[in-house]
Amino acid sequence: MNRFAIFSAVATWFLIGLGGLVTSHEAGMAVPDWPTTYGYNMFLFPPSQWIGGILYEHSHRLLASFVGLLTTILAIWLWLTEDRRWLRWLGVAAFLAVVLQGILGGLRVKLMIDQLGIFHAALAHVFLVLLCFIALVTSRAWEPVRFTGWSVPGATVSLIWIATGLIFTQLVLGASMRHQHAGLAVPDFPLAYGQLWPSTDEVFLEKINRERIDPLEPNPIRASHIHLHMTHRLGALTALSVVVALAWRTRRSVMGTAPVRRYAMGLLVLMVIQAGFGAWTVWSNKAADVATVHVLLGATGLVAASLTGVLSARSGVLARIGSSRAPFVRNVGVKINGENLAANTL
Amino acid sequence: MRKTILLALSAVAIASVSTNYAGDITGKISLKGSAPAEKDLPIANDPFCGKLFAGKPVTTTRFYLADSSGGLADTFVFIKSGLEGKTIPAATGAVHVDQKGCEYLPYVFGLQTGQTLNVKNSDPLMHNVHVTPGAKSGNKESNKAQMAGSKDYEYTFEHPEVFLRFKCDVHPWMFAYAGVVDHPYFAVSAEDGSFKIANVPPGEYVVEAVHRKTHPRGTGITQTVKVGADGAKADFTIEVPAN
Repeated sequence: MNRFAIFSAVATWFLIGLGGLVTSHEAGMAVPDWPTTYGYNMFLFPPSQWIGGILYEHSHRLLASFVGLLTTILAIWLWLTEDRRWLRWLGVAAFLAVVLQGILGGLRVKLMIDQLGIFHAALAHVFLVLLCFIALVTSRAWEPVRFTGWSVPGATVSLIWIATGLIFTQLVLGASMRHQHAGLAVPDFPLAYGQLWPSTDEVFLEKINRERIDPLEPNPIRASHIHLHMTHRLGALTALSVVVALAWRTRRSVMGTAPVRRYAMGLLVLMVIQAGFGAWTVWSNKAADVATVHVLLGATGLVAASLTGVLSARSGVLARIGSSRAPFVRNVGVKINGENLAANTL
Repeated sequence: MRKTILLALSAVAIASVSTNYAGDITGKISLKGSAPAEKDLPIANDPFCGKLFAGKPVTTTRFYLADSSGGLADTFVFIKSGLEGKTIPAATGAVHVDQKGCEYLPYVFGLQTGQTLNVKNSDPLMHNVHVTPGAKSGNKESNKAQMAGSKDYEYTFEHPEVFLRFKCDVHPWMFAYAGVVDHPYFAVSAEDGSFKIANVPPGEYVVEAVHRKTHPRGTGITQTVKVGADGAKADFTIEVPAN
């Protein structure tokens, strides 16, 4: 089951990437009907007709259907075989989330409301984290014995959650930028229109809109687009600073063998690369492939941060109250040399 | 009763005399300053649309189409005010827009509220016609697939809007813009920048010229003209300030 959960999570990760390609190519409305595709049953739509933006939007729908199927199987599997009640219900929650996500995507097309796309993107990332969490708790990494050597101070755990929250906020801000259809509201980096913070007065906005020649004819840039873009940049700086602080803190305060040190360092490397792709997205004038990698790295960062947070929090719980009484603890009965190792580590 | 009939006949007579003396508002839109360079449309990158353009010159964006004399095309010119109290003729005939070579033709056009807009797909591939009005315009957004060889679509719009955008999401470089007003006194400047608003009743009017790129908020430049039996002249200069 664990492998199946991992497979479902990986499929969802690709699905988010395909969603990124849809918005990067401004193809969200390329298939005007839903759940049909140009009047066809979605699964029978002829491949010869997968042209232009249809290719991205239709592929996104097909992969979404596949992820829906995987999630349904996973939920049933958990319900039938899992002895942890909360995990069985987590499977149900994943199923409900994927159904809601499908409906949100469909309503985005049918009602033609851009803002629904932002919720669609936000829920996609929450859903990915949920699947990754299920994959984690069905793995051996969740067994109490695996937490030998973990000792994460509460303040460090809090810092991980702050980093997770900031990364998620960044993803929502990024999704908001994508669904404004305003293209790059600020086309240069590290400066913004040659300044630290650009002007947003009417004269300046009229000037930049007049001079902007873009074949995809995005919406005219408004002050709110520039503020949103700049907030995303500031958010990136803040999130990166917190992740740097986290890596530094774990090196200082966590014992050398604890995996959280490696995870924090891995998260830092990931976030530095992510920041680089953010800059590259601007320099490439939002090239679809670069922007999509930026989306995927963001999703990966969210998963990495949140699972590190979960593992760290669990280590603290196990350390405090003992594995047999801890929430989310599975009685795996791990014994080495006849001794309950989980108990010995508490 | 006789009085009423006489009055009605007089009104009809006055109206017909007014129409008889209707004149044209003519003029030229000139571009002053140096416009940013146009960019190639990514048509060649599309395996299907690219075939339609094989061996032909690359099509570019059409933001500032100016000829050697500075005449600026695709500027929407219309009577902004002065028609109050006048009889406005109902919309007649249809305006035609075609999707040909993976482009909307024409790119900018005018339309009267209630007038039929006929949208055709002459391409051997599918498009979607996505009407994206402004949020406060009162016109309705719609998005319909149009397969190759399928029947034309007809639209009417009830509210004035300059500009009402049409786009194809299958081919994201395809756009068309309609200037929708509640009377028939409008024109779109030709390649040499010239325009003619025909059959305008005598009177004093404020005429507005809106260029889609120079006036992204839909509010252009205006001038007042007095239309007599021999019409009126109204030249506009649209300026692109130096950087």
